[in-house]
Amino acid sequence: MIIYLAKRFIQALLVLAVISLIGFTVQDNLAFQQGLNAGSAAAYNVETDAGFLTKYFQFVSGAIQGDLGTSSFFKEPALTVILKKMPATLELIFAAAVLVGIFSVPLGIFTALYPHHTISRLILSVSVLGLSVPVFVTSILLIYLFSVTWNILPSFGRGDVVPIVGYWETNFASWDGLKHIVLPAFALASVMLPLFVRLIRAEMRQVLKSEYVKYARARGLSPWRIYFVHALKNTLLPVVTVGGVQIGTLVAYTILAETVFQWPGMGFMFLEAVNRGDAPLIVAYLMVVGAIFVVLNTIVDVLYSAINPTVNLARMAA
Amino acid sequence: MSNSYLSPYSRFFQSDLTIGLRHHPVAFVSLVIFAILCLLAAFAPLLAPFDPFDTTQIDILNSERPPFWAEGAEPAFLFGTDDQGRDMWSIMLYGLRLSLIIGLGAVLVQTLIGVSIGLISGYVGGRVDSLLMRLADIQLSFSTLMIAIVFLALTQVVGGRAFFAQYAPFLLIVIIGLAEWPQYARTVRATVLAEKQKEYVDAARIMGFGPVRIMVRHILPNSLASIFVISTIQIANAIIAEASLSFLGLGMPIAYPSLGSLIASGFDYLFSGSWWITTLPALLLVVLILVVNLLGDWLRDSIAPQHVPEAG
Repeated sequence: MIIYLAKRFIQALLVLAVISLIGFTVQDNLAFQQGLNAGSAAAYNVETDAGFLTKYFQFVSGAIQGDLGTSSFFKEPALTVILKKMPATLELIFAAAVLVGIFSVPLGIFTALYPHHTISRLILSVSVLGLSVPVFVTSILLIYLFSVTWNILPSFGRGDVVPIVGYWETNFASWDGLKHIVLPAFALASVMLPLFVRLIRAEMRQVLKSEYVKYARARGLSPWRIYFVHALKNTLLPVVTVGGVQIGTLVAYTILAETVFQWPGMGFMFLEAVNRGDAPLIVAYLMVVGAIFVVLNTIVDVLYSAINPTVNLARMAA
Repeated sequence: MSNSYLSPYSRFFQSDLTIGLRHHPVAFVSLVIFAILCLLAAFAPLLAPFDPFDTTQIDILNSERPPFWAEGAEPAFLFGTDDQGRDMWSIMLYGLRLSLIIGLGAVLVQTLIGVSIGLISGYVGGRVDSLLMRLADIQLSFSTLMIAIVFLALTQVVGGRAFFAQYAPFLLIVIIGLAEWPQYARTVRATVLAEKQKEYVDAARIMGFGPVRIMVRHILPNSLASIFVISTIQIANAIIAEASLSFLGLGMPIAYPSLGSLIASGFDYLFSGSWWITTLPALLLVVLILVVNLLGDWLRDSIAPQHVPEAG
């Protein structure tokens, strides 16, 4: 276990090093270009006299201390800008994850239990449709129906947010905030839901054929107990793994959903930074999101091996 | 099967695949629609009444005309015009063409890279294998869309917009193609590991065939069914990725009609009542992806072995 953890840790560090190298190269390149544009190449040369490696280590040590440069648009440290925007994105992901959790488990179990029922076929057809509609199309459709046509839900922004701690302002504490988060959260959930319904269905059908479910039936346990306690537990293992991998996709989807709903989160900020050519902010976003990815993936891998002791850790790490 | 001679034609119509298709109306209809869309895309320059790249044919006074069934429609523009006065039908045809080219191109790149790496990884084994599979794990842990967004954004910022506009289709194909190779590599590697032990591979080796020939001619055909199934789903994913990137302004430049950028430009006019600029391309996009996904589902159910992963 310790060997596995160590190897996994080294791998995470290597990936982070590669990400930081990319970030540094971009920043270095852009600083040089902007220096040329401003006609102050001489001034630039003074501070960049140092070699590539020296500059890279300066960049990395700055990044570790939380100094990722200053955003040229906000005139604030890039990390501060990102931290201010992060709660909005996290709340959106949280709301979408709750929706996926609430709907995918019952729908997945139902379609596994009654594969030939009309409702199951309907659910599966809708899930293919859901996989085929890109998240920005779903978002636009939701806005068109609920905001333009029926005018019952707001189409952009976060509405009234209630401050909690530091930069964290929440959407869940006011009626207006809740109304604003409904559409973006549903749009995000709609892409993840089909995947999870299909996954839970496939896993559940496997588990229901197993000996221990037959034995539980023979013991006369109530079907609900068998499905939700015995079978579901073993279904969730692959769901956790896929869920971990899908978090990355979810971050990418938040960029799309936030752009459509003008949700003031990290994704929307990133796209604006790209359009403004705000290099330090782009690099900072890349570093922060890269770090989040690496940390989450490492945690999921370690958790997976902890839940599933049959996984041969040392061999996997080789 | 009887031993009597069958012409290639009747052999095709009596194959399991064709018979399965005839008994599966959804797949059949999907195939027909997909074929029609491919033809429309292939002959877009002939079918489109207007040339979207010819600025003399665009008149701003014709902008925001509704499609033919709505009031105030101009008969020349079947599905109306967009905010710049371009004919919707023409730009949708060109957009469809672009989506299909990028989808197929990206999947071609993925297949080439993924299959080669999978073959090498499985056949050579040892350290090479574990290194390549580790790389595949890392690559998979980052989402394709995220990688594409970041790299396209960086190229746009570092290289400048003019450079970006020039190479956009090429960049899209390469980036979407590079980001998804592990899907193929894992499947092919699994097949190689299973087949490598078998006697016919030993026989081929004793006959003095080189490793490349054994890998490509003897082992690879065993995973063609899986590759085919994965490719269908990957085409759908690549089309979604291209549309999403163009929607964000990180894909095709505005002058090139792409379904994603059309939806984005129409979104601004959704609130002012010009719903068709965004709705019609969105509908075309969804139909295209849906049809490919349905074909993929059907292929997986009918020809694929067990180990092809669900969606993803």
